[in-house]
Amino acid sequence: MDQLLINQGFPLLSALIFLPLAGAFVMLPFKSEETCRYISLFVTTLVALLSFVLVAGFDTSTAAFQFGETHTWIEPLNINYTVGVDGISILLVAMTALILPFCILASWSYIKVRVKPFFICLLVMETAMLGVFVALDFVLFYILWEAMLIPMYLIIGIWGGPRKIYASIKFFLYTLAGSILLLVAIIWLYWKNSYSFYIPDMMWQPYGITPQVLVFIAFFIAFAVKVPMFPFHTWLPAAHVEAPTAGSVILASILLKMGTYGFVRFALPIVPDATLLLMPYVLWLSIAGIIYGGFTALAQQDMKKLIAYSSVGHMGFVTLGIFVLNKQGIEGAILQMINHGVTTGALFLCVGMIYERTHSRELSAATGVGKYMPVFVTFLAFFSLSSFGFPGTNSFVGEFLVLAGTFEFDVTLGLAAIPGAVLAAAYMLRMLQKVIWGGPNNPDQSWITDLNSREIVTLAPFLLFVLWIGLSPGPFIEMMDMSVTELLNQFNAYKAQSVAAVDILVTQ
Amino acid sequence: MLFLPELILLLGTLSLFLVSLGSPAIETLRKLTITVSVLVLIATLVCLKQNGSLFFDSYRVDFFSQLFKFLIIAATLAVLIFSERSPGIKSDVKAEYYVFLFTGVLGLMMLTSSVELLAILVALELSSFAVYIMVPMRSSNSAGALQMESGIKYLLFGVMSTSFMLFGMSYIFGLCGSTYLHDIASRIEPLYYQPAAIVAMIMIMAGFFYKLAIFPFHFWVPDVYEGAANETTAFIAAVPKIAAVAVMIRIVSLISAEGQTVVNLLLVCAICSMFYGNLSALVQKDFKRMLGFSGISHAGFVLFGLLTLSSQGYATSIYYIVGYAAMNLACFLVVCTVASSGENLAIEDFTGLHQRSPFLAIILAIGLFALAGIPPFVGFTGKFMLLVNAFKQGHVLAVVLAAINTAIAIYYYLSVVRVAYCSDPEGTAPKVVPGAMTTAVSVLLLIVIVAMGILPGAFLHITSTAVGTIL
Repeated sequence: MDQLLINQGFPLLSALIFLPLAGAFVMLPFKSEETCRYISLFVTTLVALLSFVLVAGFDTSTAAFQFGETHTWIEPLNINYTVGVDGISILLVAMTALILPFCILASWSYIKVRVKPFFICLLVMETAMLGVFVALDFVLFYILWEAMLIPMYLIIGIWGGPRKIYASIKFFLYTLAGSILLLVAIIWLYWKNSYSFYIPDMMWQPYGITPQVLVFIAFFIAFAVKVPMFPFHTWLPAAHVEAPTAGSVILASILLKMGTYGFVRFALPIVPDATLLLMPYVLWLSIAGIIYGGFTALAQQDMKKLIAYSSVGHMGFVTLGIFVLNKQGIEGAILQMINHGVTTGALFLCVGMIYERTHSRELSAATGVGKYMPVFVTFLAFFSLSSFGFPGTNSFVGEFLVLAGTFEFDVTLGLAAIPGAVLAAAYMLRMLQKVIWGGPNNPDQSWITDLNSREIVTLAPFLLFVLWIGLSPGPFIEMMDMSVTELLNQFNAYKAQSVAAVDILVTQ
Repeated sequence: MLFLPELILLLGTLSLFLVSLGSPAIETLRKLTITVSVLVLIATLVCLKQNGSLFFDSYRVDFFSQLFKFLIIAATLAVLIFSERSPGIKSDVKAEYYVFLFTGVLGLMMLTSSVELLAILVALELSSFAVYIMVPMRSSNSAGALQMESGIKYLLFGVMSTSFMLFGMSYIFGLCGSTYLHDIASRIEPLYYQPAAIVAMIMIMAGFFYKLAIFPFHFWVPDVYEGAANETTAFIAAVPKIAAVAVMIRIVSLISAEGQTVVNLLLVCAICSMFYGNLSALVQKDFKRMLGFSGISHAGFVLFGLLTLSSQGYATSIYYIVGYAAMNLACFLVVCTVASSGENLAIEDFTGLHQRSPFLAIILAIGLFALAGIPPFVGFTGKFMLLVNAFKQGHVLAVVLAAINTAIAIYYYLSVVRVAYCSDPEGTAPKVVPGAMTTAVSVLLLIVIVAMGILPGAFLHITSTAVGTIL
């Protein structure tokens, strides 16, 4: 248990996890919709503030899991409630906590029916999402990972658009079917590690190569569906398009990150040999995703679909960064997870704001609003620039690091990824051009009103992070630096060890 | 004192029989049945710690059997309460219906204590014949003549599986020269190299495969579920299965390490049940039929725990069947309440349930999500522990197949939740308001489903102790 620094004082992580759930219970007896909105805003804001405390208290000089808590949970099976954060998860936890209040704000007037259940679903989601990022017991992780599907299914299925039924069921089936084999892999690891579900103990163990490959495949299917990697991405456009704004934001900003988080947290340290063996295939799938996402996004008429396909491309960059297995690559990938969360979340919020006015997500219905919504298009322009990695914005830093890592690993691979970056500029600028100026036959948009103060408050913090990470990424990279370095050191040590073992076998 | 719960139940049944000679009002019957079952429930609680033997040692009273008796009567009480005025039962035979119901429960309770082959047979037949008669007692205006067909099917399949069991028992007697389980246990152990012993064990289990609805003795399930009244189906779907698990544990524990052939056969049956149940459930339109097929697949999971031949596996099987009963009863509670005149419900009939009764919609959703095995409910925890135990015994391929089944099952459970939550009814469908006692029962079931899912430790401890008393 030396990888876990037990937190003696106030159980901060548990507070983060269970506050939203408690908030959902508090909300139950209230009838007024307004009260429910305020309660959920209050609870999520409180969690966001607590996450600041967490970040402030985070020690960047160690790679161990901090703020650790461990309690016996299900004794006969040796399942414990163990949580902790390290440099890989801290930023994701903070991002989750910070984005949720804005999801509440974005749903303030968007959700008109069954308001209370909606906010309960959001709060339950928050509990599960925070829990997934801090869980250090594999069963705890899996339970939260799966439990999340129920509120998300309801969010899409009840408050979604016209094809909500199709989209929600597809989302549920894909994610669940994907993670079924993960459960078997977990049980195998439990059996191999003298009946313990404690995740850090499972890392860097000398499992044989065949089981490693099988476990890797189980991990890969579960996480690749969630990311989603090409060719497992088909649930994403449907779910994104039909979900209400808050649902799209949560999906894009947080849920997709769980897949890539899973790769960094589980695939790399638990099955390193299989990772090395199968890495080339994953890398080329990432490239396929980048190119495919770019081209499909270019052809979309539906703004949400456009952003959804752009996510496939962006997440391709993240998996690319992870599997080149060097420092720039992984740090860039983790930073790019945050960037994608901030930028794409903000873009979905922007589309939601247009939708609330025109009741259409079609690009043709939103053309030429620049004249009447100057504040809105300013925000949109910044987020679009950020989305294709314009220098000075957050994604530039992330994509640059990922590409630097890729070129260091293999020049061909790097060159193959470049068209993706160009495509991103093409589809984003196309959307931006249409929305701001349009063409000679724009619909009459003169009745449209610009953003109100609530909407400006919702978008402004996203812009702040876009520029902050873009101009001064140092503090963010410093947060994860120790953990990533340690991960790679361990990885290389393991690699050297297994190579040495093979040598001994050969010489004998 | 050892026989107190059964005695009270017997007296209650007899008094119901006397009442049935007149023409009692439904309210009187309802009060009487609920009083009797509450009394029996209290008696089982009082006698929980009893220990002893009756009837020339053919009837064991221990913590194991007493726990099962408590579970059986508790599930029966839940069914009695939420069936309200039992609208699906022919009004002129309602009193007789309850007489048979209690006789069936009596048989099932005796089954859990029987440790001798003939006692097992007598108890099993007592319960079976009572339930055979309950099926066609459905009022014909709610189902046409369907109940007659299903009654006959239930009877014929039942008799067939009983004959298998009797044949197997004769083999066992021939091999071991005794009908007492504890004698058989020691004498059959060196005989597992003989095909006769294996055939005998399999055939004995056939009778309980039928009760649990395990492939290949499942053929009665869909038709009986559809044809029987909603409240009868609720009873059949939950209570006999609990008792069947009790006897299955006693019988499976006769298999020694040499009986690997039997275990492999059970494994095949379990996997086939899962696939058959889940794949057939995908295309069902009738909600009860769907639950029937889902029950077949869940029975496969229960068998999964039994065939590990370890006390942990048995304890998990008990845990799972109790959880299954709770989830299933929660679903049937919604069926019985929504079908106010006892008609069959198609899945489409739940359209917009969230408007007609938000409370019942939540119960239904949680019941179905739990059946589907989504955490944090009992269905997930149970399946997870069963898989872990099977994995420990080295059945890796079976674990993978079982896991795949969970994914298949999601679709049909989800499609019910979908119509209940995501679609709105056309026009104004009438509101559904459950009665106070039904509400209380549903809240209780909900607590069981969630609490057993999140904190299984305490419950596992109880079931392990129970299993410990018979091994």
